[in-house]
Amino acid sequence: MIRSAHPIALGTTLAVILAGAAYAAGPDIGAVTKAQTNWPAIGMFAFFVLFTLGITYKAAKGTKSASDFYAAGGGISAGTNSLAIAGDYMSAASFLGISGLVYTSGFDGLIYSTGFLVGWPIVLFLIAERLRNLGKFTFADVASFRLDQTSIRIISAVGTLVVVAFYLIAQMVGAGKLIQLLFGLEYLYAVVIVGVLMIVYVAFGGMKATTWVQVIKACLLLGGATFMAGAVLYRYGFNPEALFSAAVATHPKGDAIMAPGGLVSNPIEAISLGVGLMFGTAGLPHILMRFFTVSDAQAARKSVFYATGLIGYFYILTFIIGFGGIALLMSDPAYFKLDPAGAFDKLKGMVGGTNMVAVNLANAVGGPYFLGFISAVAFATILAVVAGLTLAGASAVSHDLYASVIARGRTNEASEVRLSKISAVVIGIVAIYLGYVFENQNVAFMVGLAFSVAASCNFPILTMSILWRGTTTWGALIGGFVGLFAAVGMVILSKAVWVTTFGNPVAIFPYDNPALFSMPLAFFTIYVVSKLDNTARAKRERALFDQQFVRSETGIGASGAHAH
Amino acid sequence: MSDIETARIAQNPRFKELVHERTRFGWTLTILMLLVYFGFIGLIAFDKSLLALKIGSATTSLGLILGVAVIVFAFILTGIYVQRANGRFDELTAALKRDLGR
Repeated sequence: MIRSAHPIALGTTLAVILAGAAYAAGPDIGAVTKAQTNWPAIGMFAFFVLFTLGITYKAAKGTKSASDFYAAGGGISAGTNSLAIAGDYMSAASFLGISGLVYTSGFDGLIYSTGFLVGWPIVLFLIAERLRNLGKFTFADVASFRLDQTSIRIISAVGTLVVVAFYLIAQMVGAGKLIQLLFGLEYLYAVVIVGVLMIVYVAFGGMKATTWVQVIKACLLLGGATFMAGAVLYRYGFNPEALFSAAVATHPKGDAIMAPGGLVSNPIEAISLGVGLMFGTAGLPHILMRFFTVSDAQAARKSVFYATGLIGYFYILTFIIGFGGIALLMSDPAYFKLDPAGAFDKLKGMVGGTNMVAVNLANAVGGPYFLGFISAVAFATILAVVAGLTLAGASAVSHDLYASVIARGRTNEASEVRLSKISAVVIGIVAIYLGYVFENQNVAFMVGLAFSVAASCNFPILTMSILWRGTTTWGALIGGFVGLFAAVGMVILSKAVWVTTFGNPVAIFPYDNPALFSMPLAFFTIYVVSKLDNTARAKRERALFDQQFVRSETGIGASGAHAH
Repeated sequence: MSDIETARIAQNPRFKELVHERTRFGWTLTILMLLVYFGFIGLIAFDKSLLALKIGSATTSLGLILGVAVIVFAFILTGIYVQRANGRFDELTAALKRDLGR
C-alpha cells in the first residue's frame, strides 16, 4: 500500500501543536511502504478498544440525567480527574510531536512544554473556583450568569465549536496518517474507526466513559513513556549529563541543541506563542468541563494540582525521550532512509518522519512488542482526545444552543440529553468527513489556531464576565466575535495558510501566532463596548454583579451540578 | 438569592476577609507565574546566549535548567495555592456559612 502522501502530511498532526512553523519543512512520508500490518500493535489496540467499550457499556447504564451525561454525575474523584485532565494534554501531538521537536532542535521543545503547563496555575488561581461556584456543565453557564442568555450562549457555543472543529480536524488527519504508518491500515479505515469509536464512547457513555477512556490511556501512556525514558537513562547510568553529552556528540547541530534555536525566529513570535499557549489552555472548552465532574471544590483544586504534576512529569519524559532518540537512533542507519550511497539525513531522513522518534525509540529500547505497545497507545491517545472534544462540542450544541437559545428553557433533561447524543453522532460523522476531505491538506496550523481562538474568544469572555463588574452583554458578544475573527483572520493571512495553502508569495500578517494581538484586542473591545453600553439591560447586568460576586466567592445559592 | 440577602452577605466581615485575602493571594501567585514564565520566554526572545551558558564544564545549559525549573515552579505554586485554599479559605467559607445560618 503506497499512497502519495502530502509531504507535510505526517508532521501535520503529530506536530500540529507546533503550529506549523516548526514543521513547515516537515518530514517526507514516503516511508509508508514500511507499513506492513503490525499485528502486535493491532492486537493490543483491539484489547484497549474492547476494554473501553466494556466501560462504556457500564457507564451507559448509569447515565440517565443531564448531570450524568455532562459531568459524570459529579462522581469523579480528584485523583481520577487529574489523570483525565493530564490525559487531555497528553495528546499524540504532545507525545510524538514534542519528542520529535526535541530530536531535531533540542532545547526548543521545552518552549512548548512550559507554555502548555503554565496555563494551569492561572486557571486555578483566577478561574477554577468561580467556575465551579457559578456553573453547571459548560463555561457558558458561567459567562451567562448575569448576562443575556441567548447572546452569550451563542458566542460561547460558537467559540467552543470553532475550537473543537479545528482541533478535531487536526486530530483526525493525524490519526489517519499515524495509523497508516503504525498499523498498515488504509487512511480511510483509520479515520472511520476513530470516528465510530468516539461516537460510541460519547453518545452511550457520556462524560463517565469519556473520562475513563482518558484515564486508562493516560496511565498507559505515562507507564510507557516512563519505561522508555528509564531505559534511555539506564544506558547512561541514570546520569542526564552523560545522555546530553552523547546527544551533543551525535547531533549535526552539536552544542546548539542545548540552547534556544530557530524555532522562534524573533522576539514577538516567541511572546505571541507564549501568550497563545498559556491563555489558550485556560479557554479550552473540553478541559474547563472537567471542573464540574468532581464532587466539591476541594477535589477540583486537588485535581489541578496533581494534573500539573503529571503533565510536568510527562513533559520531562518527552524531553528525555527526544534526547534518547538523538543519542541512540541518530547513528543507526536502520532507522533511516538511505540514499544509494548508503548515506542518510540525520534530521529529516528518519523512517516514517521525525515524529516517529518516540516510536522508533520504543523499538530500540524495548523490541517489537514494546513498539507495538507504544503504537497502540498512540492510537488510543488520539481516540481519547477526540472523544473529549466531541463531548465538549455536543454539550455546546445541546446545553447551550438548544436548551437555552432555541428551546429557551422550555425543554426537559431527557430531551436535552437525547439531543446531546444526536449531536455527538453528527459531530462524529462530520469529523470523519472532514478527516477524509483534509487528508492531503496542510492542517499543521489548526491546533495552533484552536489555541489562539480559545485565548482570544473563550478566555476573555469568561474572565471579563466573572472579574469585571462593568462587562455587559454587548461588550462580551462583540468582543468575543472580534477576538474570534481576529485570531482566525490573522492565521489565514499568515504564512501557514496564505503562503503554504493558498500559494501567495508573501504573508500579509507577519507572525505565525496571532494571540499577542488578537487576545488583547478582544479584551479591549469588551472593555470599550461595555463602557459605551448605556442600555437599560446593561445597567441591570452591572447591578447583578454583586449577586454573582457573592455566589462566585462563596458558592452560596448554587444548586450545583450535583448534590453535595 | 434576593438583593437584601446579597447585601447582607456582602457586608459580612468574614465575607470581606475571605474575598480580600483570596483575591490578593490569587493575584500574587498569578503575577509570580506570569513573571517567571514571561521572564523565561523573554530570555528566549532577547538573550539566547545567556540560556546557552554552561554550568561549569558540563554539557547541560542554563536554559535547560531554567526550563525544567519553570515546570517545577508551576507545580509548586499550584501546591501552595491548593494548600491555602483547602485549609484557610475553606475554613473562612465554612465560618461565613455558619454565621449566615446555612
